[in-house]
Amino acid sequence: MMLRGLWKLTWIEIKVFLREPMGAFGTIVFPVLIFLGLGRVPGLRVAGSSGAGSSYILVALPVLVSLLIAISAVLSLVTIISIYREGGILKRLRATPLRPQTILTAHVIVKLILTAATLALLVAAGKRYYPIGAHVPFLSFTMALLISTWSICSIGFLIASIVPTARFAQPIGAIILYPMIGVSGVFVRVESLPPALHAVARVLPFTYAVPLLQGIWSGEAWSAHVGDVAALVMVFLVCTTLSAKVFRWE
Amino acid sequence: MGSVIQVSGVRKTYGAMVAVDEVSFEVNDGEIFGLIGPNGAGKTTTMECIEGLRRPDRGTISVLGLDPFRDVYKLQDRIGVQLQQAQLQKRIKVWEAVDLWASLYKKKAVEGKVLLEQLGLTDKRDAWFMNLSGGQKQRLFIALALINDPEVVFLDELTTGLDPQSRRAIWELVRGIRERGKTVFLTTHLMEEAERLCDRVAIIEHGRIIDIDTPVRLVDRHCPERSVVLATDDPGAEERFRAIPRVETVTRVELRYTIRGRGDDLVTEVIRCLSENRIRVTDFRTILPNLEDVFLKLTGHSIRE
Repeated sequence: MMLRGLWKLTWIEIKVFLREPMGAFGTIVFPVLIFLGLGRVPGLRVAGSSGAGSSYILVALPVLVSLLIAISAVLSLVTIISIYREGGILKRLRATPLRPQTILTAHVIVKLILTAATLALLVAAGKRYYPIGAHVPFLSFTMALLISTWSICSIGFLIASIVPTARFAQPIGAIILYPMIGVSGVFVRVESLPPALHAVARVLPFTYAVPLLQGIWSGEAWSAHVGDVAALVMVFLVCTTLSAKVFRWE
Repeated sequence: MGSVIQVSGVRKTYGAMVAVDEVSFEVNDGEIFGLIGPNGAGKTTTMECIEGLRRPDRGTISVLGLDPFRDVYKLQDRIGVQLQQAQLQKRIKVWEAVDLWASLYKKKAVEGKVLLEQLGLTDKRDAWFMNLSGGQKQRLFIALALINDPEVVFLDELTTGLDPQSRRAIWELVRGIRERGKTVFLTTHLMEEAERLCDRVAIIEHGRIIDIDTPVRLVDRHCPERSVVLATDDPGAEERFRAIPRVETVTRVELRYTIRGRGDDLVTEVIRCLSENRIRVTDFRTILPNLEDVFLKLTGHSIRE
């Protein structure tokens, strides 16, 4: 019974999202266009024959882009939750037999589906400019990205709890989430960060998402990343427990 | 006729602010019960405690024999709720909302198509929520509140912001709900709405219930005054009006007299006086007090203030 409600709500949320003028375009098409635009810049262009020298781009760039996809999904989650709270939509749903966690789960599922769709579109559209070796296990990489996004979503609920109004959801979320990439290890190795930042990095999901995504992209086995996945699950559990205490429904 | 809602000694505070205190009442099976009072009086808080959306600090509530807080999911399956100022997703279609709501209840849902037809929304079924008029939105909310064929329907400020025509249409719908044997619990700050729609009303002010009864009995109890306004050029009229039994005041503005007194007999007495003295009148009106006057009398201020 509850599964039926979850499925219906998820499906409706997907449709409602795609009807937003900026919804599909902003989160799916826009990143793809940026990606393609970058591909036209000669210096960034990676020819299939460029060889081993571009290994940084071949691994770091897809991971960075994937993180940006994840963040844009979580930002969209924060914004939608704030709008729904402000409009009383969350409260209206709560007045039905739907469990509160079912309502929020539906939104996370929507974001995961959109993340996967964006990634697939990127790969399809980017084929010309960023030829990807046959060794890249796409299904596994998508799984890794979804696990990362799912974990980051739990931070999204904490952010959604503190934003005062829907108008501030996007900027506040961006201010909190984007710097997290800086200490995630995608630019600089986490070990080389100052101690304070290092400590911060250790509790952030990005720090575990980056090695997981990089590893899977380079063809490493899942068994080599059990620790990263466990850390992402931990972040999810801790943030969800905190959210359950501070989340505001109205 | 048993009671389906029992509220006893409920108190709810938000920080230092006492929203409701010592609130007690019962709602009978099959009646339209109205909680009336100005904005901020505690209507919505009271209603949301009964719906299980808020937990009272003190007091007990029972709805259909269930504890709204402990048995909230069991209860929500059997009630229908319309919340004040709660919207829907901007771009959800009417039929999608009905379809979604129908999927949320264990109880067999009412046929959504029939419901939309009854509420005059059939030709709007593919419209986005954001493109509906105020009246259409409220009718959709009523549809969602009725989708699970609930035993008790809660309607919070249902007609606020609607034009008089839509308001009347909604009143008809609410009467229709009662005719199908449901109990309706509503809040309103519109006295006319309470008077025309409710079988019984509770007047709430500053979080406390002041009185509960049928609108007619409330008026009789608190505002027994009656007034007759008439116009005549008979020079001896004022003298004779003052002589009518139980008349308290007679005021005159040019040729227009206002006669105030108590009791249902006042009008009869005035008519008898006119006919016995052959006083010719060019206008004759009676003014009966209503719930608005009751509220003014009980609280010392108008509900609109």
